[in-house]
Amino acid sequence: MLDVKDVKVDKELDVRGSFCPGPLMELIRAVKMAPVGSVIAVLSSDPGSSKDIPLWIGKAKFEYLGAFPEEGYTRFVVRKTH
Amino acid sequence: MPTRIVVLGGGVGGTLAANLLARGLARQDVEITVADRTGKHVYQPGWLYIPFGQETARNLVRSERGLLDRRINLIVDDFTRIDPERHLIVADDGAALPYDYLVIATGSRNVPEDVPGLAEAGHHFYSAEAAAKLGEALKAFDHGRIIVGIGGLPHRCPPAPLEFLFLLDADLRRQGKRDRVELTYTYPIGRVFTIESVAEFATPILEERGITYETFFNLETVDAEKKQINSLEGTTLDYDLLVMIPPHRGAEIVSASGLGDEQGWIPTDRNTLEMKGEDHVFAIGDATDLPVSKSGSAAHFQAKVVSDRIVEAVTGKPSGNGHYNGHVMCFLETGNEQATTMNFDYDHPPEPPRPSRIYHYEKMLFNRTYWYIVPRGIV
Repeated sequence: MLDVKDVKVDKELDVRGSFCPGPLMELIRAVKMAPVGSVIAVLSSDPGSSKDIPLWIGKAKFEYLGAFPEEGYTRFVVRKTH
Repeated sequence: MPTRIVVLGGGVGGTLAANLLARGLARQDVEITVADRTGKHVYQPGWLYIPFGQETARNLVRSERGLLDRRINLIVDDFTRIDPERHLIVADDGAALPYDYLVIATGSRNVPEDVPGLAEAGHHFYSAEAAAKLGEALKAFDHGRIIVGIGGLPHRCPPAPLEFLFLLDADLRRQGKRDRVELTYTYPIGRVFTIESVAEFATPILEERGITYETFFNLETVDAEKKQINSLEGTTLDYDLLVMIPPHRGAEIVSASGLGDEQGWIPTDRNTLEMKGEDHVFAIGDATDLPVSKSGSAAHFQAKVVSDRIVEAVTGKPSGNGHYNGHVMCFLETGNEQATTMNFDYDHPPEPPRPSRIYHYEKMLFNRTYWYIVPRGIV
């Protein structure tokens, strides 16, 4: 089982308080600008994110490192693999 | 000494804000100045109709001076830097404009260079020149695949690409060409529009009209030679004619002054419209980083809020209207002389009614009467 603490995050986006599709759009923007191999985390408090963020990562065939619930928000972690 | 109010940018928001300030502060010792790069006021929503021969570039431009209250100074100069510390706007030729209150209404700009290959191969209708060029390309187009897509979010007038598609579909049918032309739409997120209710409204219309769509398509490169577009998600699509809304950024003066985020949008308080971290500086319209449509409509409602706040500050009399709730109101053309309407704010998503001719004619009427009713604050 992967522990979120073991993953070295290269860039973390805190978009708590922003609503769907804001968090996904911010994540896409960050992934677009990041070099291949980067790990990006996005902190979202919007319930819609747990649907649209994994969907996008799946479509883009990036590596989804998981969703980690915290107090009042979720941390989504992705690796840009190509 | 008079209180100096400077409005940077003579678009929808800047012009209306300045006129409302002139009216609200008529009895005060104030000096209101609009600083604009061109001195020309452009009605951008009209560009959508140029490719179909239903509008001309000339019709969509007026002199900014003619739209401003006589009490307002207009300075036409290419100001290149905002210095909030010294309360100055500075031009390259050394001209400096001091302010006590500043309204930044500098809009947004097309940046096709952000996507390799796009500037060479892509058409769009987000400037009068590009729209006219697209009109020529459409006239010469007989068969094949037209892709209409979004090269980056956010962009101005979010419904315009869908409107363009619906108008194009109707126009091709009218010409008897529709069965020879494949229409494809691309969108960066997992549905056909950012706002869910509008996506739910538009998806069945796309399907009804035989327009295919590719969601989660974030444009990365355009290959003009192979006539292909490639996405971050690894999808490649072939086209014969590409209509791609270019990525947008905030005005150069904002980035050059170090005031914007990575794309040049100004960090703005969602309710007071004050620029975050600065006193006496406001931002409206496309220039802000607010999660509302980059549209004339948002700029229009925001201009009222900002002018109320400045009038309050100068006169000391509370008006109670200086609070922006995210209000936007716009039309969405669905083709065949029909349209719907969208009215929404931060807390209430739009509920577009069934398309009808009434909304279409309302939009046409608004486009014609804009010059008389919006900049002067009649609506």
